[in-house]
Amino acid sequence: MAEAVLPRPLLGRLLRAREGGFPYIAATVLALVLVCALLGPWISPHDAGRIALSEAMTPPAWLEGGSMSHVLGTDNLGRDILSRIIAGARVSANVALYAIVLSGFIGAVLGMAAGYFGGVVDALISRLIDVQMSVPSIPLAMLFAAVLPPGEAMVIFIIVLSYWTWYARLVRGEVLSLRERDFVKLAKVAGVGTPTVFYRHLAPNVLNMLLVLATLQFGSVIVFEAGLSFLGLGIQPPNVSWGGMLADGRNFIEVAWWLITMPGLAIMAACLASNLLGDWLRDTLDPVRRQL
Amino acid sequence: MSGYIARRLLQGVVAIVGALLIVFVAQRLSGDPVALMLPMDATEEDFAAMRQALGLDRPLPAQFVVFIANAVQGDFGDSYQWQAPAMALLLERLPATLELALAGLVFALLLAVPLGVISAVHRGGVVDRVAKIFAMLGQAVPGFWIGLLLILFIAVELQWLPAFGRGGLANLVLPAIALGWYPVAAMTRTLRSSMLDILDSDYVRMERAIGLPERWIVWRFALRNAFVPLVTMIGVYFANMLGGAFVIEVVFAWPGVGRAVVDAVFARDFPVVQAGVVLAAVVFVVVNLIVDLSYGFIDPRIRHG
Repeated sequence: MAEAVLPRPLLGRLLRAREGGFPYIAATVLALVLVCALLGPWISPHDAGRIALSEAMTPPAWLEGGSMSHVLGTDNLGRDILSRIIAGARVSANVALYAIVLSGFIGAVLGMAAGYFGGVVDALISRLIDVQMSVPSIPLAMLFAAVLPPGEAMVIFIIVLSYWTWYARLVRGEVLSLRERDFVKLAKVAGVGTPTVFYRHLAPNVLNMLLVLATLQFGSVIVFEAGLSFLGLGIQPPNVSWGGMLADGRNFIEVAWWLITMPGLAIMAACLASNLLGDWLRDTLDPVRRQL
Repeated sequence: MSGYIARRLLQGVVAIVGALLIVFVAQRLSGDPVALMLPMDATEEDFAAMRQALGLDRPLPAQFVVFIANAVQGDFGDSYQWQAPAMALLLERLPATLELALAGLVFALLLAVPLGVISAVHRGGVVDRVAKIFAMLGQAVPGFWIGLLLILFIAVELQWLPAFGRGGLANLVLPAIALGWYPVAAMTRTLRSSMLDILDSDYVRMERAIGLPERWIVWRFALRNAFVPLVTMIGVYFANMLGGAFVIEVVFAWPGVGRAVVDAVFARDFPVVQAGVVLAAVVFVVVNLIVDLSYGFIDPRIRHG
């Protein structure tokens, strides 16, 4: 491949010490998001919901009029941006983890069934995938946002609805070739029950791929959730989310640039980190399959 | 070829019926639709009469058949907000959305084609490296945030271009960049790798041997062939942009289908939301169908048997 001879660009070198090396910065960023998610209330400098109108619109600390007690500044109600970004990490990580585990599980089970049983089962599941993929996910999200009570559970449901097809297609393709392999055929001949074949012989062989896809999608799910919350259809106030912060900040774009830049940078960092970690994981776990 | 067309058409129909089923199920999830339509002081008799008029007293499969029959005629009921047929309201706004998606596509190609060609010709050069960084960032930055940043820097700080509304070309630039941003990375990479293959092929070597100018070889002959893999992607991304436009339209107050649907969600104007989802699915399926069928015409090597 031509890729191998290409010297890594500067940013790539910075983010990944050497070709195939562990992406320390990306892993640190993701770890930071998870730490914020777990320990948010204890490590944040202020209460994310605390309103202090006298401190409203304080710029970031390095600017004229900024203060060290609000490192990234405050919003129109005087709420601390850094604290809100930390609080938003909890929502983002929570939604992303639940959504990915659920869509991965549902997609993997349906994909395995389709690939293993073939015939009618495969036809049904494949059509279901086709239908699901022919409805663009954002309009679909709006449909369910209109009928379901808003909140984290709804956001997770909507994401699972759009994302399970990725796992199902990937696993189906893999199982189609696995079921022709000797160890699966022999297991069947030896009278091993179908659930055991799934659990013992198929699942371990698709686990790596699932892990790679899940890591790569962590970022894309965060972006999707942020988009929904930005539109006001996802996480609802007073719960804090990065997308919701962008929506609030949008009204003050002419006076306070930090309100829309800081949460966006958080989204970008989390997404970039998960993409880089996913790339590394793919290269490490499966050096043959570079194209996922 | 005709068998292939028939099969793809059938798949398209199945996909749209499936989308209608999803919409139908969602509608039933919303609880009693009659409660949304009648005034607060309606009596139990009013409810029963309305249910009967709408056929809601019949079994679900029968209701679904009626729903499909109406949907095929584009009838999703009247908008509660505007007291007009929901689908007609959206179709009125479809040109604005198509215009935006098309502009996004043009922006993406304007950036991806030169980037892809130059990074293939000068492999490892400055452009190639910049394109790689761009690709990495591009996949991680949501388009609606790019839109906000564009409004902040270009419209508010520099005051070069308007930030809101639809009008002349100037209004189109910022939303088109925000919408076309995402596919640039993937398009550049695809074009780069197919250009690399083609620049290595026998006929390019032959063209070089007979002394054609390198500029001709790259931009006229090689690019034309390297473009084929990109054409599929163009269809897929165009269809995706129509979905993405839903968010970008809100950022830039663009009077398209997406913004109408988002407004309808907040107004609990369910017929408009339904019509919007079905419209999006139909456009998506049709665009993909056209792309799949145009394959054979663009590249005679893959005529379907």
